[in-house]
Amino acid sequence: MLTKRIIPCFDVDRGRVVKGVSFVELRDAGDPVELAKLYDAEGADELVFLDITASSDNRATVYDMVSATADQVFIPFTVGGGIRTTVDMKTMLELGADKVSINTAAVNNPDLVNEGAYRFGSQCIVVAIDAKGVGEGWEVYTHGGRTPTGIDAIAWAREVVERGAGELLVTSMDTDGHQSGYDIAMLRAMSEAVNVPVIASGGAGGPDHMAEALTEGKADAVLAASIFHFGTYSIREVKEALSGQGIAMRPVAARD
Amino acid sequence: MAANPFLVVVDYDAGNLRSVERALAHVGVDATITADWADLARADGVILPGVGAASDTMAKLGERDLTEPLREYVASGRPFLGVCMGLQALLEHSDEGGGQECLGLLPGNVRHFGFDHLKVPHMGWNQVRWLREHRITSGIASGSYFYFVHSFYPDPADPDLALGETTYGLTFPSVLARENMVATQFHPEKSGEAGLAIYANFAEWVREAA
Repeated sequence: MLTKRIIPCFDVDRGRVVKGVSFVELRDAGDPVELAKLYDAEGADELVFLDITASSDNRATVYDMVSATADQVFIPFTVGGGIRTTVDMKTMLELGADKVSINTAAVNNPDLVNEGAYRFGSQCIVVAIDAKGVGEGWEVYTHGGRTPTGIDAIAWAREVVERGAGELLVTSMDTDGHQSGYDIAMLRAMSEAVNVPVIASGGAGGPDHMAEALTEGKADAVLAASIFHFGTYSIREVKEALSGQGIAMRPVAARD
Repeated sequence: MAANPFLVVVDYDAGNLRSVERALAHVGVDATITADWADLARADGVILPGVGAASDTMAKLGERDLTEPLREYVASGRPFLGVCMGLQALLEHSDEGGGQECLGLLPGNVRHFGFDHLKVPHMGWNQVRWLREHRITSGIASGSYFYFVHSFYPDPADPDLALGETTYGLTFPSVLARENMVATQFHPEKSGEAGLAIYANFAEWVREAA
């Protein structure tokens, strides 16, 4: 049976993981490769790196990180942040990323989705949608959730899939950072609107929230950052809890 | 048995080429990425990787004059591993993109999932059950999880070709094997320890055969 995926997300600035990852086991908690290896061993099904490096002068640091991760981690990983052209996509994919995620760049230039899907295949084009509730629906925001666009999020989801997106990474700006659960109504509407996998993001406080997103929200995968990075729950604990609720999970390998 | 066999990964611009090379490096094998038919002619082992579309794959193999060398290599009896599109390319025909003739090294077709009730592509980790014993799956438990990304699935004409099977809406053969040919629909290079074990087993086979 196809399992639901658990995906830890890292914010990376100049090749270093930021946002206070605290792991006693790690010599260097800011090293993305060390963290990726740890989460892989813990049972992560995929990884997402979000490059938040402000200056383009520092792009080389993220290139090194992508390449080093691909050398040592043998599960799929996605890189997002700062990808604006098919040249940027090609660079990341050639360095070893399995998928690239685009957000603001897709809104500014929707043809980028078509061009990316045509050149590299839909399977490696993830469109990230940040949205906020408005009236009966949800509105797309860009620039890390700062800029409203007036675009209906469900219509946008349909459009990008039509253009060739292979997967959607859906973040609710309303629930993100609160650890009080994902926006289930939005996830469900999004998942029912498209026929590609939907990754739920924004608001995970624990396994029960994830279970809700994967069942009622009809998501195919859940992404979380803080609860893993701060050690509130390990991936193993999350997977055991979700399996216990009858949700298909890839079991975590036994520790030696 | 050769300590350093000449293991070739066929270069036709497939997206997962470097990932396959990295997985082989991780299990201690230096692979040569090449589009030179002469390298295929003298290889001890060949891997045909692949993601993307069948038409694109066949066009690129044709442009690089690799179609015949691949056939000749397989006919020579030396170990061959196909991955994802590298599996689908072995069959006679794919329904992808309105229909595409493939290499025809194995009898059968490649068909679209075409589900209304399930998402397509079949993307993520799914179980593979072994249907018989084979050295490529040695030491890997039946029912292990592997990473899949595909919208089309193999439908071989001979059911005995199936070495492993997977269920997504329907049950399809996710590993094919006949004589010196093995091919996986999943991506072993993205399937953690279980996937690395596939490459380690293939490398061992190539070493012994060399």
